[in-house]
Amino acid sequence: MNIPSDKILPDFSADESGGTGAGGSGTGPFYGLRVAVTGGTSGLGLALVRELLSRGARVAFVARTAERVRRVAEENPGAHGIVGDVSAKDDIYPVALQVAGELGGLDVLVNNASDLGPVPLAMLSDTECEDLERAFATNVLGPFRLTKALMGALASSAREGRGAVVLNVVSDAAFNAYPTWGAYGASKAALHQMSRVWGEEHADDGVCFLSLDPGDMDTPMHAAAIPDADPSTLKRPEDAARELADAIAGALPRHAAHAASVQESIKEPEGAVL
Amino acid sequence: MIAANRPAQRPPGAKLLVVDACRRINHASRSSFVEHLRAGDLVVANDAATLPASLAGAHGATGASVEVRLAGRPSLRPEDVRRFSAVVFGAGDFRTRTEDRPAPPALSAGDRLVLGPLRATVERVLGHARLVSLLFDGSPDEVWAGLARHGRPIQYAHVGAPLALWDVWTRFAGPPVAFEPPSAGFALDWRALASMRGRGVEFETITHAAGISSTGDEGLDRLLPFDEPYSVPRATADAIVRAKARGGRVVAVGTTVVRALEHAASEEGTVRACEGVATQRIGPSSRLRVVDAILSGTHEAGTSHYELLRAFLDDATLTRATLELDSRGYMTHEFGDSVLIERAAPGAC
Repeated sequence: MNIPSDKILPDFSADESGGTGAGGSGTGPFYGLRVAVTGGTSGLGLALVRELLSRGARVAFVARTAERVRRVAEENPGAHGIVGDVSAKDDIYPVALQVAGELGGLDVLVNNASDLGPVPLAMLSDTECEDLERAFATNVLGPFRLTKALMGALASSAREGRGAVVLNVVSDAAFNAYPTWGAYGASKAALHQMSRVWGEEHADDGVCFLSLDPGDMDTPMHAAAIPDADPSTLKRPEDAARELADAIAGALPRHAAHAASVQESIKEPEGAVL
Repeated sequence: MIAANRPAQRPPGAKLLVVDACRRINHASRSSFVEHLRAGDLVVANDAATLPASLAGAHGATGASVEVRLAGRPSLRPEDVRRFSAVVFGAGDFRTRTEDRPAPPALSAGDRLVLGPLRATVERVLGHARLVSLLFDGSPDEVWAGLARHGRPIQYAHVGAPLALWDVWTRFAGPPVAFEPPSAGFALDWRALASMRGRGVEFETITHAAGISSTGDEGLDRLLPFDEPYSVPRATADAIVRAKARGGRVVAVGTTVVRALEHAASEEGTVRACEGVATQRIGPSSRLRVVDAILSGTHEAGTSHYELLRAFLDDATLTRATLELDSRGYMTHEFGDSVLIERAAPGAC
């Protein structure tokens, strides 16, 4: 089934809950905004943590390894490090409790943590079921559970006029049939479709859903997928983080008018580049 | 009434007893709650998520097992999580009825408690041998992480299976500040909120740190509810003004919403956006300035929740409603059935 290309990026106009915008200060749309990023200790997630902190957001990040969480929290003063595995059902509420507890609510959730499936990449018929299950647990069930647990916090933020955005990080592998990217691509396609339905269902609650492909970046995940890729041909995660932060800003209430132009600058899933 | 013993927030057979402004009593399915609202009404719920406020551990000096139930904190601020008031029980857990629980070892200022990964010091005893002020070690984030790892939702013997956080968070739960779930909100899901919107009914929230409902100790229970911090967002205050102006009713979901809104109200019934601490008790002599109707659980006479309902209804009607609840098999407690009570307005009938 083909996804109509004009539907791939969500409609920002859904967010019209009113209010006077984020943070309540003139120092930018992220000032004081409460943001949570999963997979925040490496690659795009870490770049997002730094980008959002630099824009004045209050940031909580989630990752599996306690030592890395501690190190990133130390290196980025003000960031709240939370140890948890979004693929594990029993970790979701403890993570949600800490996110909403430490930030006192939530305005923006970035479901960034991802699992590649089999490493090295494998044809679907060579993919072990356990590798596929892990990819879906991390890329679909994790975002589903965490978003559901935090939907109340997001909707409260929207009612209070701060705006609420969920950004699901997807991939062009969700839309194009790349051999050996089946587990990852199928799970990201599921996440993308879930974003679209959520967006429809919660538009009137003022919660905006973005499902965006950051492009091929020089990250540990990309190195695991394509070990011999030339890093100089890849996007820097810092650049992708800046674009995604702009897209989030565009989806916040007082920036709704600006949203369309931001939307254009984010890479559309098109053509094979991997 | 029978205690609801399964942790289902919206069981298909849930019942709703409706008392209208003319004191007429009707029975409905709780899933029809939204149909009892009118265009122009404003529904206000408590968006507090529930803390895992039960902490098992040991008393440092004696090694005796204790269960600490966090019961209050000075404010709703996220970093304000080092100091709590708490009720301490001796050995055992929720499976034993609170009134049958052994007392904790004698507690005094300076005592250390080891609660899983958390460490706390008893600052002082608060006028009752089982009620203390606790100060946790560590940073606020360390306290949050410790609660997340080790805490369990406070629960009572009538529910046999251990509760998980997902059992006690309402669909619209936001800031985790409640010590027990604001369970009237269990009745509502996202579909219900969408359906309110479709009927021209507004939905807003306050945040109120709902406290514990029972300690098993008569002396302590007489002190309930403890002081509870709350906040009323501007959007909610504005919506109340709009609802009053158009003649709509303000329908509170749960006793905590009544307590917060009535505490925040001026003498004339104006509610401003504010943060406060609800200290008052609401009962038969209270004059309600803001709230016109309440969706609540079913409550037994003598509880503070039942007393609050007496502010909405004369005793004769309330007694009649209670008899109906009993004779028609309504279930009680947090996973039980519900009542929707409109403040009596006999003049309009």
